Amino acid sequence: MELICPAGTPAALRAAVDAGADAVYCGFRDETNARNFPGLNFSAEELRSGIAYAHNHGVRILVAINTFARAGALDVWTRAVDAAVAADADALIIADAGILDYAAQRHPRQRLHVSVQAGAANPDAINYYMKAFGARRVVLPRVLSVPEIAAIAREVDCETEVFVFGGLCVMEEGRCSLSSYATGQSPNMHGVCSPASHVHYREEKGQLISRLGAFTVNKFAAGEPAGYPTLCKGRFQTEHAAGYLFEDPVSLDATAMLPALRKAGVTALKIEGRQRGRAYIERVVRNFRKTLAELNDGVTAPPGDLVALTEGQSTTAGAYRKSWR
Amino acid sequence: MQLTLGPVLYNWQPDQWRDFYFRIAEEAPVDVVVIGEIVCSKRSPFFTGHMPDVIERLAACGKRVILGTLILVSLKRERQQMAEIAANTEFMVEANDLTCLGSLDGRPHAIGPFVNIYNEATAAYFARRGARRICLPPELPMDSIRTIARALPDVTTEVFAFGRVPLAISARCYHARLHKLSKDNCRFVCEKDPDGLPVTTLDGEPFLAMNGVQTMSHACANLLGEVGDLAASGVGALRLSPQRCDMVAVACVFRDVIDGRLTRDDGMHELSRIYPDVPFANGFVHGQPGAVFVAAGAGAEPRARAPQMRDAVQ
Repeated sequence: MELICPAGTPAALRAAVDAGADAVYCGFRDETNARNFPGLNFSAEELRSGIAYAHNHGVRILVAINTFARAGALDVWTRAVDAAVAADADALIIADAGILDYAAQRHPRQRLHVSVQAGAANPDAINYYMKAFGARRVVLPRVLSVPEIAAIAREVDCETEVFVFGGLCVMEEGRCSLSSYATGQSPNMHGVCSPASHVHYREEKGQLISRLGAFTVNKFAAGEPAGYPTLCKGRFQTEHAAGYLFEDPVSLDATAMLPALRKAGVTALKIEGRQRGRAYIERVVRNFRKTLAELNDGVTAPPGDLVALTEGQSTTAGAYRKSWR
Repeated sequence: MQLTLGPVLYNWQPDQWRDFYFRIAEEAPVDVVVIGEIVCSKRSPFFTGHMPDVIERLAACGKRVILGTLILVSLKRERQQMAEIAANTEFMVEANDLTCLGSLDGRPHAIGPFVNIYNEATAAYFARRGARRICLPPELPMDSIRTIARALPDVTTEVFAFGRVPLAISARCYHARLHKLSKDNCRFVCEKDPDGLPVTTLDGEPFLAMNGVQTMSHACANLLGEVGDLAASGVGALRLSPQRCDMVAVACVFRDVIDGRLTRDDGMHELSRIYPDVPFANGFVHGQPGAVFVAAGAGAEPRARAPQMRDAVQ
């Protein structure tokens, strides 16, 4: 299985390459990619030199152009496609059918991957992307169990890529407007979720209160570790109960599922975290590279030592285990 | 301007579901009714038996019936159900996911608000493949709506204009989780909340509504104040999403305001009476947080004068 690693900066890209990534994914410094955070991502020139560095080391670069193009501003997205192709990207990761269509028509030899943001969750949807745009790989949404992934891999003539580590969307990717409901900024349109620009903290009666836009997302008692107020991992209440109604503040760690994912026929494993620093990327990539080597040697994966690196500092195998639902 | 009644998103008792549609058929001034379970495939067996009668009644009363498909399709059984719906040639099918678009290719169909059409290129792509009606994602601002609608004059562009906004879909059932049940043995607890289960912040402020695997806004989208702008932008239909309130009356208010028989302010007042206790919101269309309500005339630009509004025939 290939190891696909994130890079939000040229330094992180080199770190991922050096640490043993098979491929690195990254995006331009604008709203065309789903990690459009201040201080992150690549200029066209940085991408060119990053690709040259990666290719010199036998590593591929996948360019994520995976937000949905803004009406009336299509050229921002089509220019990104053209620039990535011109920079010799090994594949483009695209979510918007209109942009996939553009890329397939304009650059018929360019390898295209269907972004997780496209939410292609079954063989029929995947076949649509293959047939319509010649997509060669699909990044599966984090809503599927391992047996379901295996069934998909058996049925489609398309490579599959799954997330194994990092941030965990609880909702199906590409179909969540929770962030824009509270802040006006959405993953699909702006490439951000629960953006830091809309986060406020305040102390009240010994509690730390985190708010996103006009809504309280969590309250922490003195001494309780305060996580980032990502909407779906906040504490809310109903008439029945209060707490983490959607998901606990956990991250995805599917290390324990790697043998099953390999058996399922998955082509590539993806690590989330283009917003994370170089040290994080280096450590996670090295760890997964080692685990994969051991897996190839028939060694059962020991529990990872990556928990400390995760957001919320606790992990889940997410939808890969059916009981998660 | 057409009015479309969207599919019931909640888990209603089958008899109530049937009676709701019978009344819509006979009394509601809507042109199109989208019908079918699109949120959770486990619910559909309960009212499948009523479906033929409901469809027949709606059609007999002159409503155009469109069959909606599931938003998130992952099980084999669900794929088979979607294939059966797509194989239907008697009624137009509204695809809420790309799953059955392959089999609808080349024949007239509708696309629901859960397929991500955010721009004119994507809308045109789907129109070339047979989409005749496109209900845009609820989070789109007016500029995007206008650009898409004007680029595709031959397609009926529809906008989500009334009802709690479906904000997210998940593999996980939040109703089951809340009641400490597994999804497979959920006991259909979502039926206890036929208008969604209110989710508040820890301060007790209303925020969201839980509907099984779907998460909705607490506030009710209400674009009555924008019908003039929407019509002027080339929007051809407004979607009214069923809530636990008098939807016939809701449709009458929209129809009367569109046709100039009722002022916008009076219509707004009426809607507050018909669906009390739930705040209205229209932030998305104004490019603001979706939970916000922007009062009419609060914008910097003077409101466009509503042109002569006529029904577009599709």
